Amino acid sequence: MLTRRALLLGAGQLGIFGALGAKLYRTQIVEGERYATLSDSNRISERLIAPPRGRILDRAGVVLGGNQANWRAVFTAGRSVDAGATLDAFTRLVPLTDAERARIERELRARRRYVPVTLREFLTWEDMARIEVNAPDLPGIIVDVGTTRTYPLGPALAHVVGYVAPPNDEDVAEEPTLGLPGLRIGRAGMEKAHDVQLRGQPGAVQMEVNAAGRIIRELDRQEGVPGEDLSLTIDAGLQASVLQRLGDESASAVVLDARNGEVLAMTTNPSFDPGLFNSGVSQAQWVEWTRNRRTPLINKAAAGLYPPGSTFKMAVAMAGLEAGVIGPKDRITCPGFFDLGDTRFHCWSKHGHGALDMRGGLKNSCDVFFYEVARRAGIDRVAAMANRFGIGVDLGIELPGARKGLMPTRAWRRAHGKAWNIGDTISCGIGQGYIQTTPLALATYVARIASGRAVQPHLTRSIAGVVQKGAAAEDWPALDLPERGLHLLREGMWAVVNEAGGTAPVARINLPGMQLAGKTGSSQVRRVSRAQREHGYNSAKLAWEFRPHALFVCYAPYDAPRYAVAVVVEHGNAGAAAAAPLGRDIMVNALTREATAPVQRVAEGRL
Amino acid sequence: MIAQRRLIRAEPSFGLLPKLWRINWVLVLLLCALAGVGYVALYSAAGGAPEPYASRHVLRFGIGLAMMLGLALIDIRLIARLSWPVYGLSIGLLVMVLRVGHVGKGAQRWLDLGGLQMQPSELAKVGLVMALASCFHRASWARMGNPLFLLLPAVLVLVPVGLILKEPNLGTAVIVGLVGGAMFLAAGVRWWAVALVLLPTPFAGRFAFEHMHDYQRARITTFLNPESDPLGAGYNIIQSKIAMGSGGLWGKGFLLGTQGQLDFLPEKQTDFIFTTLAEEFGLVGGLAVLGLLACIVGVGMVVALRCRHRYGRLLALGISTNFFMYAFVNLAMVLGAIPVGGVPLPLVSHGGSAMLMVMFGFGLLMSVHVHRDVEFGGRRDQ
Repeated sequence: MLTRRALLLGAGQLGIFGALGAKLYRTQIVEGERYATLSDSNRISERLIAPPRGRILDRAGVVLGGNQANWRAVFTAGRSVDAGATLDAFTRLVPLTDAERARIERELRARRRYVPVTLREFLTWEDMARIEVNAPDLPGIIVDVGTTRTYPLGPALAHVVGYVAPPNDEDVAEEPTLGLPGLRIGRAGMEKAHDVQLRGQPGAVQMEVNAAGRIIRELDRQEGVPGEDLSLTIDAGLQASVLQRLGDESASAVVLDARNGEVLAMTTNPSFDPGLFNSGVSQAQWVEWTRNRRTPLINKAAAGLYPPGSTFKMAVAMAGLEAGVIGPKDRITCPGFFDLGDTRFHCWSKHGHGALDMRGGLKNSCDVFFYEVARRAGIDRVAAMANRFGIGVDLGIELPGARKGLMPTRAWRRAHGKAWNIGDTISCGIGQGYIQTTPLALATYVARIASGRAVQPHLTRSIAGVVQKGAAAEDWPALDLPERGLHLLREGMWAVVNEAGGTAPVARINLPGMQLAGKTGSSQVRRVSRAQREHGYNSAKLAWEFRPHALFVCYAPYDAPRYAVAVVVEHGNAGAAAAAPLGRDIMVNALTREATAPVQRVAEGRL
Repeated sequence: MIAQRRLIRAEPSFGLLPKLWRINWVLVLLLCALAGVGYVALYSAAGGAPEPYASRHVLRFGIGLAMMLGLALIDIRLIARLSWPVYGLSIGLLVMVLRVGHVGKGAQRWLDLGGLQMQPSELAKVGLVMALASCFHRASWARMGNPLFLLLPAVLVLVPVGLILKEPNLGTAVIVGLVGGAMFLAAGVRWWAVALVLLPTPFAGRFAFEHMHDYQRARITTFLNPESDPLGAGYNIIQSKIAMGSGGLWGKGFLLGTQGQLDFLPEKQTDFIFTTLAEEFGLVGGLAVLGLLACIVGVGMVVALRCRHRYGRLLALGISTNFFMYAFVNLAMVLGAIPVGGVPLPLVSHGGSAMLMVMFGFGLLMSVHVHRDVEFGGRRDQ
């Protein structure tokens, strides 16, 4: 009996072992693949890594926006016995503010023990040395390196290059890869305009982690595709010299290559330091910027709107010629004023200029002459011509936030529910009234007069070494205006500077082959009443913000146009006095820098 | 063949040398092999080092082996006489552990005996087997059918089971109960009696579930659905299954088991030692260990069958069933087939008390084998 029962028990036990073997087979073979996957997802932690952002260079390869190592202290609480004591020790070496300390403690609580928390970014060499020397007292704290965006020229090109900042929650919701730690996206300027090319493709790194989340080793690393380098048309040296020349004025100057529209310098003064956006702008700094009446955050060159004043007169003249309402030699007499019904419009010269032809009208900047031309041509023809010269239209500049200004027409006025007033046409004849334009548009206008081509201003020279279209003069269509008319405008501008009695003799360049042709302008920011005029109006005595803007546009050399420059000095009062000397010096600088500019320009343009 | 062997009557004629000759060296070899498997597994569990587990494991096994061989030489009749004292001692220790025991992991299981920590429940298993063997030793077929006669052995089982439950240690209590049941079965209890015990089990289980500790109830619910709490109580089972499953046919290689080496596997040196092996050596390694365990149980059964006296047979059966239960509960637990219950894999897992008690049991088994032919008073089996 016992034998039978014992055999029964033994058989039962062996059977159970067999069942266990079957279960083992099921787990390891039948379901093995599923568990292998689970095992890998346990141990392998995949992390995307931000690719190095493409650099922004000037036309000669000077770095305008680059990447720099950012040394930071990170703390892995799991490697320290007493996290609080370690943090205290760190604070004794590198003082942390209460706010920083609170942030760190919050992050330490929220994360797993082996996920590092950043203690301090942008460590100085002294801080790093102090941390490294005291490493034994700082278990779990290491100094590691990331990258940060740097702008070596700082404020000089802040508005052109722009800046980057960490993406916000909305950006990440739209494009999840933006959530990568360390990734920055372009927020302004060229950083924003070419953000996608500069950004590159994220890479991935596979790491083996243990159950506590601690990294054991790196299994695989796929470097991302670095962002592409972006070459701007800017000449950093010229930019710096222009900025220096602007001094303390609240002003803007644009230098274009008159032949192809390349923006060689685009300055706005005052400016701001774009690097501050990387580490975070303080509240006080922000308030200072936004309250400053000299508007450091606005790119005056592309988004600052000013009435063009007398610089607009070439467009009016061309409109008159094109319409056939005035011939090149036709004279108009200026008695010092212009009556339209009951309204009297004054010339800047009280005593009048007498009889002037178009060349004389430009040279003397006679207001009455252009009141009459504008009256004859009508506002719509003037506007159409201004548009062809680049005023009041979208110039296609890459900068986000660039404005096209306003060139009023009858239709525009009607769209606002009002009838066009002939008086408005008269004001527009001298670039006042509703007209609003930017220094960039004025420079384009002059470049078009000088070159006879519909050049558009542009900042992108090459992306990843590939020269973009627009670098060669031939890329731009002719303006389709009679050469005789354009020549007349150029002659008038030459006379402004180089002839006795011109309005801007101060801008003359006495160098062979570098003769400058230009036009001054002063645009009122508020209307001058008759009472003021009768009581001896002197705009120079007004409060700063009510003084007229001073403008000067020019190109050179006169006989072989190379550069076009536009200068606007906010509330500079008189173009001839405040802006023309700046324009001249900038032009001299540009002309004499020629040697440093790349010679291979034309060759590259045909690639 | 068994009957042809000479019955050993006179003690003097049965000296030390014949006894050594009679030792079952196959079993010794199998046990050494299993301990060797343990060494490999513990070496791996320590991340590829003999310290702190593997070297101590060998030392303990050495001591255990010496103890086993020593016990093998003790006359089985003397051992039979010590059955009751050993049982009594184990019950005493169980009572003591409830009073002064060391609390570990939420239960009083450990007793500190002059620096040596032990779990009295381990001794209770052997004590119970000895007591029941002694009890059934003289029981005729007719007596086994008498419910009144079965009352005493039933109490012998229920007392330690109840005390262990109170620690509380559900897993061991169930094992002790099942080992007792197996002894009853082997001794020839009637099938109707078996049915009488088995039928109310579901209801008793229901009742027990309602009176369980929360951690025990959590264990059962997570067993039924481990994914319900993947980072909590179900974590161990899931990680164990992932580790074994990802091992595949040939395993990831010695010291290359990612689940074990990267600490995803909890308690890998104790309860989940088999998982470590199955991950690194695959199905092949796992089945080899399973086969080794089956061989040891099988040899135990053979020892029982070859014994000519009833006490020895029952003792050998109980000891090997006990070993079987150990192995079964541990393997089923790591395979996710039954709730996790803190039962180590004998001779493989890290842990001194369990190892020594297992070797103590095998010592008794070996004594049965050595003294399989001695004349023993009482009812001879037919």
